[in-house]
Amino acid sequence: MTAAPILSVKNVTRRFGGLTANSDVSIDVPQGEILGLIGPNGAGKSTLFNIIAGAFPPSEGRIVLNGADITGLDAPARCAAGIARTFQVVKSFESMSVIENVMVGSFVRTASAAEARRKAAEVLEFVELDGRANALAGELTPPEKRRLEMARALATEPKLLLLDEVMTGLTPTEARKGVALIRRVRETGVTILMVEHVMEIVMPLVDRAVVLHLGKVLSEGTPRQVVADEAVINAYLGDRHRA
Amino acid sequence: MSTQSIGIAAGLAQANDRFHAARRRQLMTLVVVVLVISVLPLLVKDVYLQNIMVLTLMYTALSQSWNILGGYCGQISLGHAIYFGIGAYTSTLLFTKFGVSPWFGMAAGGGIAALVALVLGYPFFRLKGHYFTIATIVVAEAALVLFLSWPYAGGALGIQLPAAADNWANLQFGRNKLPFIYTALALATITWLVTWKIEDSRWGYWWRAVKDNPEAAESLGVVIFNSKMAAAALSAFFVAVGGSFYAQFVAYIDPDSVLNFHFSLLFALPAVLGGIGTLWGPALGAIILIPLTEFTRSYAGGSGQGIDLIIYGALIMLIALWKPEGLIGFFVRQPKPLPASADEGAHS
Repeated sequence: MTAAPILSVKNVTRRFGGLTANSDVSIDVPQGEILGLIGPNGAGKSTLFNIIAGAFPPSEGRIVLNGADITGLDAPARCAAGIARTFQVVKSFESMSVIENVMVGSFVRTASAAEARRKAAEVLEFVELDGRANALAGELTPPEKRRLEMARALATEPKLLLLDEVMTGLTPTEARKGVALIRRVRETGVTILMVEHVMEIVMPLVDRAVVLHLGKVLSEGTPRQVVADEAVINAYLGDRHRA
Repeated sequence: MSTQSIGIAAGLAQANDRFHAARRRQLMTLVVVVLVISVLPLLVKDVYLQNIMVLTLMYTALSQSWNILGGYCGQISLGHAIYFGIGAYTSTLLFTKFGVSPWFGMAAGGGIAALVALVLGYPFFRLKGHYFTIATIVVAEAALVLFLSWPYAGGALGIQLPAAADNWANLQFGRNKLPFIYTALALATITWLVTWKIEDSRWGYWWRAVKDNPEAAESLGVVIFNSKMAAAALSAFFVAVGGSFYAQFVAYIDPDSVLNFHFSLLFALPAVLGGIGTLWGPALGAIILIPLTEFTRSYAGGSGQGIDLIIYGALIMLIALWKPEGLIGFFVRQPKPLPASADEGAHS
């Protein structure tokens, strides 16, 4: 961890009524890293993800982006501050064309429609969706919709990109393309935090993984370290690896 | 690789050109339509038909204005009569009490209506979907009652516009309908142009994003509340301008003749019938709906009251069943969105 953290999650706790979804979670994400957030169902990954994205506030704790406390900022303000996200269940603007979807993202950086359109075209080329620029978002296939979400998020020119299970439902070929795309995004200098279920995809892709279990950080380290961790094997990989 | 990326860039450039060509074609269509309508009253001298022309053009402008909030931003208001009434009363009171030109009254009424829209929007835009719509109906009805019992504004008796000199400054022309036709045409053209401009502007894209998926819009930096407020203010402004125009046209207003729920319906229906959230939808809807209303009224007479409402109901049912995107769907080939796929992230 040589680089200064772009994102720091500091002692975050989130309670829903009697349920504690996150309990005293602290994570640092260094600039330029791909960090995987993994854990079994109900581990609190989505809750933490949504707290970082600003969908709802933590009950306790702070979120720090580039040294600035952003705990009090709502989702639009966090987007302006440089955090972009995708959704686990894709949320396209179905009645708008693909390029118009992406333009909505561009407008957080420019008021000019011409400039937003230019930027959107550039991003569509980057995610290789330019062939569908004028199709309605509602006409896209599910993998194309995932690409569209990625394009929309990138059009906001994020410093930190949050990916929520972007590989879910993709065929192995599509997933490989997705992995290549995520690597290319990182090469442009964007830091990536991804929640992912599919271990075969996460482990080769991420620099570091954080394992959540029952709302707490169970283990943290390189994919190799994490996979070798006894606690992780017991909590998460246990059944499969012992069978 | 490099040749391929040049090919891709050229493809996007071509798409870009097509987009701007389509926008220019819309403008050309407007020019042709405006020219045709300008000539029409010179050929059709019948006062009754000219009267229908004024109303059709006026409701085109009003529905176009309603469409900004209801169609583009997706916030269905059935209380826009309140802004119509504010426009009518502001210009009429300024004229009768202070001798202020109705042109200035129009602008003042628009400004007041926009302010009222912001004040009402502050609580109302915390409501979603049908609850928002119900709130708009209730507040417009409250305004009707308020004006009925407000003596300064004429109460239930209303206000007769005093006959001033017939000229453009007073926006009074006696029995001559022609100037009203051209004024209404100008209103309809201005609201069309505003909508056209908005369609390719930041607000326009933000509004459509808010309508389609508020949560996704927020994640992309769109402040939903502000977006709705802006749409409401702009929409209210132009509806009030239409209200001032109407007051000048009929030269007599009372609460029931400018604040009735009927008006709120007549702003929404043309857009819904023609194509909600589209550039030409309100005009197309008004051209069918308004003459139909006027003809049934005059043929059925007093005993036929409500027949126009029955016809609206039937039309809306037909359109909902048969062409949900509106009549504009017959003219513009719009690919329909497929139903949301079932396999999005359902299995993990």
